[in-house]
Order: sequence, then C-alpha cells, then structure tokens
Amino acid sequence: MNKITETLLRIVSEYDGDFKGAFNIREDGMCAGRQSTENVRIEPKKDKPGLEIHIKPGTKGEKISIPACVTRGNVDDLVYNDFFVGEGADVTIVAGCGVHTDSDDEARHNGIHRFVLDKGAHVLYTEKHIGTGSGTGARRIDPVTEVELAEDATLEMDTVQIKGVDSTIRKTTGTLAARATLVVRERIMTDGYEKAETDFEVTLAGEDSGADLISRSVARGNSHQMFRSVIKGENRCTGHSECDAILADNGTVSAAPALEASHVDAELIHEAAIGKIAGEQILKLRTLGLTEEEAEEKIISGFLK
Amino acid sequence: MLRLEHIAWESPDGEEIIRDIDLSIGKGKLIVVTGPNGGGKTTLAKLIAGLVTPSSGRILLDGEDITEANVTDRAKKGIAYAFQQPVRFKGLTVRDLLDLAAGGGLDDIAICTLLGKVGLCAEEYIDREMSASLSGGESKRIEIATVLARNAKLSIFDEPEAGIDLWSFTRLVETFQELREEQDGTLLVISHQERILSIADEIVVIGDGHVKGAGDREVILPTLLSEERTIRCPQGKEEICHE
Repeated sequence: MNKITETLLRIVSEYDGDFKGAFNIREDGMCAGRQSTENVRIEPKKDKPGLEIHIKPGTKGEKISIPACVTRGNVDDLVYNDFFVGEGADVTIVAGCGVHTDSDDEARHNGIHRFVLDKGAHVLYTEKHIGTGSGTGARRIDPVTEVELAEDATLEMDTVQIKGVDSTIRKTTGTLAARATLVVRERIMTDGYEKAETDFEVTLAGEDSGADLISRSVARGNSHQMFRSVIKGENRCTGHSECDAILADNGTVSAAPALEASHVDAELIHEAAIGKIAGEQILKLRTLGLTEEEAEEKIISGFLK
Repeated sequence: MLRLEHIAWESPDGEEIIRDIDLSIGKGKLIVVTGPNGGGKTTLAKLIAGLVTPSSGRILLDGEDITEANVTDRAKKGIAYAFQQPVRFKGLTVRDLLDLAAGGGLDDIAICTLLGKVGLCAEEYIDREMSASLSGGESKRIEIATVLARNAKLSIFDEPEAGIDLWSFTRLVETFQELREEQDGTLLVISHQERILSIADEIVVIGDGHVKGAGDREVILPTLLSEERTIRCPQGKEEICHE
C-alpha cells in the first residue's frame, strides 16, 4: 500500500498501522490487503468488482473494516460490496473512503454497499469521507447504500463527510420488516464550490418498524447541498427525519422532505431548519471569552460532532 | 470595582430605555437590582456585559474605562453574564459549555460540583446537548452554572429565578449566599424575589431608566415592602376595580 493510502486510512478508519479483526483495503481499485476471521468471511465477487462479506449468525463484538482509497487522478473506481449479516449477530462495520489527486484529473470512488441483515441482527455502520491533494482535478465520492432489514434487525448508520470532496451524491434506500429499526446520522461539511446531495428513501413495510434519519450539515463558501428524503409508512410504524443546516458565507441548501403514509397507524414526522448561526449563540460564547471566529468554529464543530 | 457614569441608552427605534444612570458597585458584594418590568434592568446588565453599547456615559472596571470594550474583551477582563433566556445549542453538551466557561480543563468532579450548585444531578446532564431537549428550568440552571464556572470578578445574573421550581430556587439562594461568603467576586443579581432581596448587601432600584434608590439592604428593603401593592385587577381595568 502506498503512503497516501496510509495517510487516508488513518483519517477515515481506525487504522493505526494495522487493523484488528476482518478487513479489506481497496487502493485505486485493487486489493491492498485482506483478512477474514473465523466468523467473518470476506471473498471477492466473481461477476463484478467488489466483495461478499458473510458474518456468521450470533457473531458478537467484531469489527470489520473495508476502507477504500483513491490516491491519484484519472481513477474512476466502482465497487459492489454485499454484507450478509447472520441472525442475532452484533457487529461494527467501518467503511471509510478517501480520494486524493495531485493532478488536474478527476479521482472518484463509487461504492455500492448492500446490507442484508437477518433476524435480530444489529450493525453499527460508520463511514467517513474526505478529499485531499493539491491537484485541480475533482474529488468525487458517490456512495449508494441499500439496506434490507429482517424482523427485529437494527442498522445504525453514522456517516461523516469531513472536507475536500468536490462532489458527492449519496443515495440510501432501505426496506424494513416487522420491528426492524434503521437509524441514520449524517454530517456534511462543504466549502468552496463543493456540491453534496443526499437522497434517502426508506420503506417501513413491517409492523412496528421504525426509521430515524438525522442530517446535520454546514454549507460554507459558495457550496451547495441538497437534501431529499422519503419515508414511506406501509404499516403501523414510526418514521422521523430531521434536516438541520447551517449556512455561512454564500452557501446554499435545499431540503425536500417527503412523507408517504399508506396505513392509518403510520406515524411520520419531518423537521427541517436552515439558517445561519443564531446571533445569540455567538453572543453567549463571547460572554465566555471566545472571539466571534472562535465561537463560530465551536458552534459548527459541536453541531457536526 | 465597577462604576457607571451618566450612562444612557436608546433602543434602535429611538426610545430612551436608560437615562443618566450613575452607580458605583463595591468589590465582593452581593448587589440586587430590582424594579418594575420594562424599567431598564436587563438593559443595564447588558450594558455592563458589553452586549449593548451606551449612547453616552462611561463604564469603569477597577478604574479602567471599558466603555468601548466588546463582549469578548469584557469577558476576558472578568465580567460574566447569565442570560435571562438561556441560549440553546444543537451539538454542544453541558460539559462542552461548562468547560468553555471555565477556560478548559474541567474534570467530572468539578462539573458535578457546579451542577450540584444549581440543583442538577450531574450524571443525568453532563453529556446532554444544551438543546431544546432540555426543559426551560433545566436550561436556565445550566445557564447559571456556566457563569459560576467562570469564577469571575463580576458575575451578573438576569432574573435567575425565572422558570425555576421552588426547590431549585431554594438551592440557588443558598448558592448565592455561599458565593458571597467564599469568593472575592462581586455578584450582581437582577431579581424581584424577596428571598434574593433579603440576602443582598445592597439593593439598587431601577425604574424609568433611572436609579430610583440605592443603598444598604437594611435601608432599601423596608421601603420596597411598604410600597408593595397587591394588584388584583386585570391590566387596563383598574378604574372599574377601584369604583
């Protein structure tokens, strides 16, 4: 693995010179390291680029790392990773992505991740994205996440876009069976002329299923963000989505939340708030001795924490 | 330690809120500022903390003219201010705010002590967001704790009793008494509560933008109590009531 990959891995994953547990490192579309464990089997797909990851029923407490890095321009990496999580398993999956270019060629990673969780399985899925490098070439990350949750399964998805990604289109879809739960926490910071689009579509098909989508974003410079969400309640269920955005400089944000209820006991809520940092928040922190700039930084870093 | 000289302030629409206030506040005292609603008490507190700038007059802190100093500079010079309406933050936790207030390095025990002083159980609150998920009374008490954390030369509390239940209020009064006894700092409390007035060293009465009276509690408090009227009539219907 090259130096850039190593640097990116330290930012987007829990790499400290090594990974604990099962892992696969993807570097410029190639495998730069892989390890399976007794309970977690990682195998390359036969028909297209990507992996099949099988987690045995009942597996507890294991961490699986599948970071992907693009370390130069003129790379357009497309990967399909499918996770099959056995009944009652409880694991953490870390899937960070870094794109780097020092040239005027584009560096792009497009990860299509499918999660199939069996009954009662629980997965914490974390995803950190960053763009680096001195080149003028665009850094693009376009993740697609498809989630299928069986009865009583839970997926908690925690995604962060730190900085430097010129363009991202993030699509997340989910179908939930009875008593299944999907929790998505997304935090995005854009600056300069960056663009970020988020698209959620969750179908609450099973009785007492629930979804909670929370998006917090900051649009600085001349950046633009678009948030779209659709929660479909097809049964007795609870759905909640919340989009909070802070505007700074000339940043712009559009939020288009939608709720579709086709069952009388579906309870669906959406909250959206877009605006600059409230003046009284800055004032309060200034009364604690912070300058205006320090107060803004503190408010933004807390908001995106 | 604090001196206000001929301070005046007009609201942006030209209304005179503070008219020629002259006031000296001594070191290490507990001063309670009281008076009718709309009389200029909160504006006076904001003028001292630097949230608004006087249209005329001077503010001196330990002899230094701080009239032109901004909010941050005044905070650094040792002025702390508890807002009447606590400010909410999505993302910043109680721990974050108290740590910022103390200038960093607050451990769990110190945070626990601070929250205890405002009648909150630290375990339940320490990592809660200072957001709308907290009730009005809870956020008010945390707001007060952020000022206690500063251990400032001059701490200003704007109606600390507002929104706080009776039990927490009792604890708060004790806290003010402890602060007065244990610390060198000066406390300036805006309040209508007799129990807070009764622990003051000095009382300042503000009305119509003027100092209506100022002096030792023993002198001012009896006059306030004798002037007290129980108004039982709806506003604007007094004439009918008195017929």
